[in-house]
Amino acid sequence: MEQRIRALRAQMEERLSRIDSRESLAAFWQEFLGKKGSVADLMKGLGTVAREDRPAMGKVINEFKVMAEQRYQECSERIGQLEMAARNRREEIDITLPAKKREMGTLHPITIVKNEMINVFLGMGFEVFEGPEIEDDEHNFTRLNVPKDHPARDMQDTFYVSEDILLRTHTSPGQIRVMDMEKPPIKVLVPGRVFRSDSDATHSPMFHQMEGLVVDKGITLCDLQGMLDKFVKQIFDADVRTRLRPSYFPFTEPSVEVDVSCFECGGKGCGLCKHTGWIEVLGGGIVHQNVLRNCGIDPEVYSGFAFGIGIERIAMLKYGINNIGLLTENDLRFLKQFKD
Amino acid sequence: MKAPFSWLKEYVDIDISAEELEEKLFGCGFEVEELISLGGEISRVVVGKVETCEKVEGTHLYTCQVNCGEFGTKQIVTGAPNVYAGMHTPAALDGSTLPGGITIKAKPLHGIPSEGMLCSGEELGINEDMYPGAEVNGLLDLPKDTVPGEAIQGVIGLDDYIFDISVTANRPDCQSILGIAREVAAVLGKEVRMPRTDYHCSDYRYPGLKVTVEAPDLCPRYLAHGVRNITPGESPRWMRRHLALCGLRSINNVVDITNYVMLEIGQPMHAFDLDMLQNTEIIVRRAQNGEKIQTLDEKEFGLTTDNLVICDGNRPVALAGIMGGLNSEITENTRQLLFEAAKFARDSVRKTSRALGQSSDSSARFEKGISEYTTELGMARALHLIEELGCGEITSSAFDESAGAPREGKRFTAKISRINEILGIEVPAEDILRILKNLQFEVKREGDLLEVTAPRYREDIEIGEPDLAEEVIREYGYEHVVPTFLKNAMVTGGGKKPAQLRQDKVKRTMCAQGYHEISTLAFYADSDLDDLHIPENAPERSVVRILNPITENLTIMRPLLAPSVLKIVVENLKRGNLEGRIFELGNVYLPTEEGKLPLEEMHLGFAAFGGGEDFFTVKGSVEALGEAFGLKLEVERAREVPYLHPGISAWILCEGERVGVFGKLANEVTAELKLHKDSKSHHNIFLGEINYVRLMSHAAVSIRYRPVSPWPPVLRDLALTVDEDRTCGEMMQEISRACKQVTDVELFDIYRGEQIGEGKKSMAFKVCFESDDHALQPEEVDKFVKKILGNLKFKLGAELR
Repeated sequence: MEQRIRALRAQMEERLSRIDSRESLAAFWQEFLGKKGSVADLMKGLGTVAREDRPAMGKVINEFKVMAEQRYQECSERIGQLEMAARNRREEIDITLPAKKREMGTLHPITIVKNEMINVFLGMGFEVFEGPEIEDDEHNFTRLNVPKDHPARDMQDTFYVSEDILLRTHTSPGQIRVMDMEKPPIKVLVPGRVFRSDSDATHSPMFHQMEGLVVDKGITLCDLQGMLDKFVKQIFDADVRTRLRPSYFPFTEPSVEVDVSCFECGGKGCGLCKHTGWIEVLGGGIVHQNVLRNCGIDPEVYSGFAFGIGIERIAMLKYGINNIGLLTENDLRFLKQFKD
Repeated sequence: MKAPFSWLKEYVDIDISAEELEEKLFGCGFEVEELISLGGEISRVVVGKVETCEKVEGTHLYTCQVNCGEFGTKQIVTGAPNVYAGMHTPAALDGSTLPGGITIKAKPLHGIPSEGMLCSGEELGINEDMYPGAEVNGLLDLPKDTVPGEAIQGVIGLDDYIFDISVTANRPDCQSILGIAREVAAVLGKEVRMPRTDYHCSDYRYPGLKVTVEAPDLCPRYLAHGVRNITPGESPRWMRRHLALCGLRSINNVVDITNYVMLEIGQPMHAFDLDMLQNTEIIVRRAQNGEKIQTLDEKEFGLTTDNLVICDGNRPVALAGIMGGLNSEITENTRQLLFEAAKFARDSVRKTSRALGQSSDSSARFEKGISEYTTELGMARALHLIEELGCGEITSSAFDESAGAPREGKRFTAKISRINEILGIEVPAEDILRILKNLQFEVKREGDLLEVTAPRYREDIEIGEPDLAEEVIREYGYEHVVPTFLKNAMVTGGGKKPAQLRQDKVKRTMCAQGYHEISTLAFYADSDLDDLHIPENAPERSVVRILNPITENLTIMRPLLAPSVLKIVVENLKRGNLEGRIFELGNVYLPTEEGKLPLEEMHLGFAAFGGGEDFFTVKGSVEALGEAFGLKLEVERAREVPYLHPGISAWILCEGERVGVFGKLANEVTAELKLHKDSKSHHNIFLGEINYVRLMSHAAVSIRYRPVSPWPPVLRDLALTVDEDRTCGEMMQEISRACKQVTDVELFDIYRGEQIGEGKKSMAFKVCFESDDHALQPEEVDKFVKKILGNLKFKLGAELR
């Protein structure tokens, strides 16, 4: 009996080495572990063994069975792995075939820049106010200290829809509307569309501005520059500096033009800054006392600064757009470049 | 404002270079737009002395040996007829440059070597006013005391600069050489040498001559002074040169004086020929309606009562502040004249100038504003020049009509501390005093208090510290401003409001659906509504109209976004962008009551075009937009939208309210687009427009959690046969309504074929059942299905297939 088991062991090893599929694996089970297999045969032959040897022999047969089962299991796992590998090979694809996707849309560069600018100021505690695009004379001019005979009111620059109602020429009327509603401290941005009746290579009859207004006690020209310094560093580059120079707006006094050091050449002079090292980006100043008075704010107690930024101007500088017309043409090949 | 460097130096001792002065002016608020170096284009042109000059036989040429000083003696061939031995004339050497980018090289002329060119005045860019003999036909004949070899610029006065200065609207007092000189003096801390304004009057008085101002509101000051025994003639060299540097040609001494005073003092002057006046009375009044005037440039204008005119008692002889009349023009024959120096109201001059389309150097100055100080100074200067040039007798006929404005500068008190508070820095009191004095303010200081009198010409100065702060800082230097970050201010809340955040979200949602944001003009024309077949009587035709459009394409504020969006689609198709999705979130404008602001209503306009789009791809993006705001958007057939296909368009409903519309562009509209008719993508354009305000009125304000059922849903497929005209929407609505356990219905197939029969279709739906409180049993679901089938059969005649 023992001799037979030894022979079966050798036979089993030989069979195992040739298993290469589910079918030959199943044949192995039939041969050794099936109802008519070698193990069952051995069990039947146990009857012929001497009674006192039976427990020992039974143990040997069992050990053989456990080993066969164990070898079967091992082999089954190996076959499983082989089959999975074959399937994976069959299922392999050309990963460079084109993707299936819904292309994401893009925000207009004006929106992107506007949001970026707003975000800088939101962090400083600003609110956003959007006033009407069609305004009255009072808000657009008179209460902003633009006297009746000022050249800026001329029909040349302003679109009128009636004698007293016009398309706002700047976002500054937002200052008046905010100061009518709120009392200091005020920190507000007024972004929006504005309209001027001129159109040429560098002007569009409609463009976008963002007004900023701060009114509180003890606001100075130094604060205006400090805030704009932070703004341009975030919008352009951390190395960019600002420069103030005198200017004139009827609703601020003193009025300043704000230049930034050229971020293209670092101030050495290049085509972008017309070899001056500086780029004009916005105007501002200390809110005129008459404007505060016109809104019921006592200029003896409060002071403020205001600034106005051309959003197109910033977008053009930031993205290197050299023609303002591109911003209203809305060519998809242009628009798709602005992934924010 | 053009200011020649040499002219400025007549009033101020300028000891810095033109470039340095440009910097200084920039710093104090006067940007030099262009610093023009007069002889800057000229190089290697020197004084040459023609030693010998021989005619070349058979030509008009001369071969000259020219002594060019340190550059040696050059052989130069010239064709100029006026050349002669001994002549001093400009010689352009080999490699020299002339105005207009011309380069001179040594090269043979008619085979004779020539080492350069002898020049005329014109070739050097000068005219007779700039230098005598400059317009002679031939070479410029220089004086014999000029030194051969010397650079030509210095010899003919081209070693000069013109500052083209941008003057801000608040500084009309700087629309003159004197005004700029005052700023130069202030910034350099120097004195201004005032031009002479003294003169003597004879005893003569024009009999009966009278001046009346009938419209003092439009003419607050009017000075007139009679001059007689005029001797017309050329102006002196210096005056002609000054005029030429500023781009004016010399006419004759009297006309030149008026122009000179305008440039120098900033006061536009006018002179009437007294002999040409029909009456001895000058009246300043509003024109009568229909009155006519022919101006110096021989244009005729019909006038209204809005226009101010100067009359001789019978007829207009000048359009006040703009241009004189042809009927009283100064000519060679003028012997007696009346000088006018006035202040006309700036908006009156501007309105007349715009209305008539007539402008001049004079009107440009009046529009910016003239101070009465300038008016007085201008008249005195003109009379002085008459005397200095000896070209007339100044009579005692002097008139001064005034509306009574004060004759002194604004006087007020200001605090030094307040000036520094505005600036945020400490400018020392001595510096403040020095700066204000340099700017010709009279200042008395008592501790912190300043008693200030502004110069009379500074009408822009307003009472109070801010104006003084501006004057101080622009002279003290903006580089002294130290950036601070709201060191005194309070902390504020800030942030965007919910409605503003929602706009951002709408844009992001559209982007996620593949739409690209566009930005279009808020105005267009009636024809854009025509293009969309909007009927004449449609409500959209009542629009906000622009009174003064710049082009006929931009005449109305848009009542709809659709035309703007469609235009961009068409533009893209034309450029070969054959598919795409675009949107715009922007206002439309609707008229309200007369005198009130129009209503601005935000709309969302969108378009999808190209092969991949159909009604349902667009419907998908509409639904997705709603879902982003927790809204279920439904459709309702829209047959009556003029620009959309009647069978492929829908109203968008939100909780039963129409909030917008979308669909395929109507065939009638598509056919008229200026596009190639053969391109398929040109016929597949979908447009939509949503009333954003109305849509958002339905949007949930806050999110509340609702428990989800712990029991799994049960799915059943139902294939149903119905008549062809039954819609999917009707079927789904019936299925959903049958019982509350139906939580979702989805169509997954439509089949038409023989087995179904003519005029019928089979629609297969996947129905989802859910219960909040227990696991649904198959028997229960069978009951629900039975109910659904019963309802469908009864209401829509549907049979289970």
